[in-house]
Amino acid sequence: MLQSRQISRKDAVIPGETEQPERASGERFGAVTMDSALANKTRLSTRALSVVPLAAAVALVIHLFLSTNEPAAEGRTYTLFLSLFFAVAVAFAITQRWWPALRARMRRLRPIFTVALLLLCAWQVITSGFRLLPLPYFPSPAGVLQSMINDRALLFDSTWHSLILLLSGYTLGVIAGFITGVCIGWSAPARYWGMPILKVVGPIPATAWIPLAMVVSPSAVISAAALIALAVWFPVTMLTASGVSNTRASYLDVARTLGAGPRYLIFRVAIPAALPTIFVGLFMGLGASFLTLVVAESVGVKSGLGWYVSWAQGWAEYGKVYAALIIMAAFFSTIMTLLFKLRDRVLIWQKGMIRW
Amino acid sequence: MVTPSLRLREVTKSFPAPDDPLRQRLVLDGITISLTTGELVSLVGPSGCGKSTLLRLIAGLEVPDSGELMIGSEAITGPSAERGLVFQDPNLFPWLTVRRNIEAGLVARGLLQERRDEVGEFMSLVGLEAFGNAYPHHLSGGMAQRVALARALINHPKVLLLDEPLGALDAFTRMRMQDEVLRLWSARRSTTLLVTHDIDEAIYMSDRIVIMTARPGTIDRIIPVTLDRPRDRSSSEFLQLRGEILELLHFAGGATPETILTARVASA
Repeated sequence: MLQSRQISRKDAVIPGETEQPERASGERFGAVTMDSALANKTRLSTRALSVVPLAAAVALVIHLFLSTNEPAAEGRTYTLFLSLFFAVAVAFAITQRWWPALRARMRRLRPIFTVALLLLCAWQVITSGFRLLPLPYFPSPAGVLQSMINDRALLFDSTWHSLILLLSGYTLGVIAGFITGVCIGWSAPARYWGMPILKVVGPIPATAWIPLAMVVSPSAVISAAALIALAVWFPVTMLTASGVSNTRASYLDVARTLGAGPRYLIFRVAIPAALPTIFVGLFMGLGASFLTLVVAESVGVKSGLGWYVSWAQGWAEYGKVYAALIIMAAFFSTIMTLLFKLRDRVLIWQKGMIRW
Repeated sequence: MVTPSLRLREVTKSFPAPDDPLRQRLVLDGITISLTTGELVSLVGPSGCGKSTLLRLIAGLEVPDSGELMIGSEAITGPSAERGLVFQDPNLFPWLTVRRNIEAGLVARGLLQERRDEVGEFMSLVGLEAFGNAYPHHLSGGMAQRVALARALINHPKVLLLDEPLGALDAFTRMRMQDEVLRLWSARRSTTLLVTHDIDEAIYMSDRIVIMTARPGTIDRIIPVTLDRPRDRSSSEFLQLRGEILELLHFAGGATPETILTARVASA
């Protein structure tokens, strides 16, 4: 009964094919590898295989039908883009037969790609098709793609500047937060004096310091890095301190009876025990750093993606605004994914981990 | 014959009462006992009689209110590698592999370089050579407890303190582990103090059984076990001794329904 209901639910999501069972957290070693091995062996039906190429073809046809409404250059680029997408989709659908890793990946990503393509269609129909949304605020996907290609040099440069600023601020904040967190979490005097400061200063959003930072700092970039560091520092400190001070007393007792001194207790017991909590702080800090980065760039710093967005908006070039937003999304989520990968590696010992 | 290896004299310890933090509750009162080198002694008694507290005092994790705790001729002032402690929960460091858990004592004391060979030796001593790179969450209860034993033993402690180390295991694993602990003990002859709830375990394993009463924890009496090793759990001497101890506990005044129940279940 339950089984049949589950299958029918899956059918609703992916017609004609059963979904890979959801990964049971904590059973990453035995069960899941077997499941995916099984899934890799089973063939995908022709119907399932043709879904993505079909969606790409639909998008292409709609685009060609509507392209008279668009500037010629934009139309051509987007045609090329969709054709390329179609070609790659067809190529993948054919090569997956001999390439199990690709097949597993396709099985997982196919619904998402299909829906994404259909959303692109909808976007185009709404904008250049029926012109339901006012220009220049809502350009068609073709327009956004064209802006992205035309302005690629500046976009690349902006991304690069954002990356440098983000990484320097984040690293600084993580190092500072980790050190203060361990001190506050481990030593009672540090907690006595540190906690009030943390409680009062910490909750102020880093962006609220912008007026002060502008006056104090010699350069906008340095003050932006400091603000990002401040934004990261608070959650990292808070969670490191809480993780360290909540180390299971019995771990410390065991270590003491094994002859451990304070150094071993801090660096080899308390900090490893706190790592899962510390990673929560790192993720919160990363989120805060994205926010602070974009605000700082659109207020003071004269480079980076945040600056690019407000600059393009000033010229009412909304195609560029969306282009920058898309790049920002890819950029931030890549960094987030990297942090998740790092965590999976570091916390390999942990039972029942949540996957990104 | 005897050098007292561990000596306790008139040890008392109190903790703040759970219902009223301002009032002190006496947990251990006038505990006097000595263990000779290489002796295995069990502590048996109802829960709340301060057995674990006594072990923590000897481990140096707690400080007594009064009294004297000596190892050989030295007073116990704090935790040290010469007194290994194994809890009911193995308390393995989950972030370290089995091998690194066993190494922990050597790392903590900066001896890993010179004594690295011993790690493999201790891993095979507890039969875990094949699991060196496994993380603790992959181990069964019995395996985890064997790692905990190896981790304590690699420091060659003069005194080994076992706080119900087999309490969380199922009956069969438990009996196997009793033999395992005895094997480790007879190979090294470290003075061992074993806290247990299980009277059969105490008779099976120890040279002497210390029976404690609760609130405050005092030593009721000490029963020597003179049966030859290896002991037979079903021999008539064994059963007779068990009967005597059960009777003692029954009339010892410190017996709680819990102990009696354990005893009845064990004899059923």
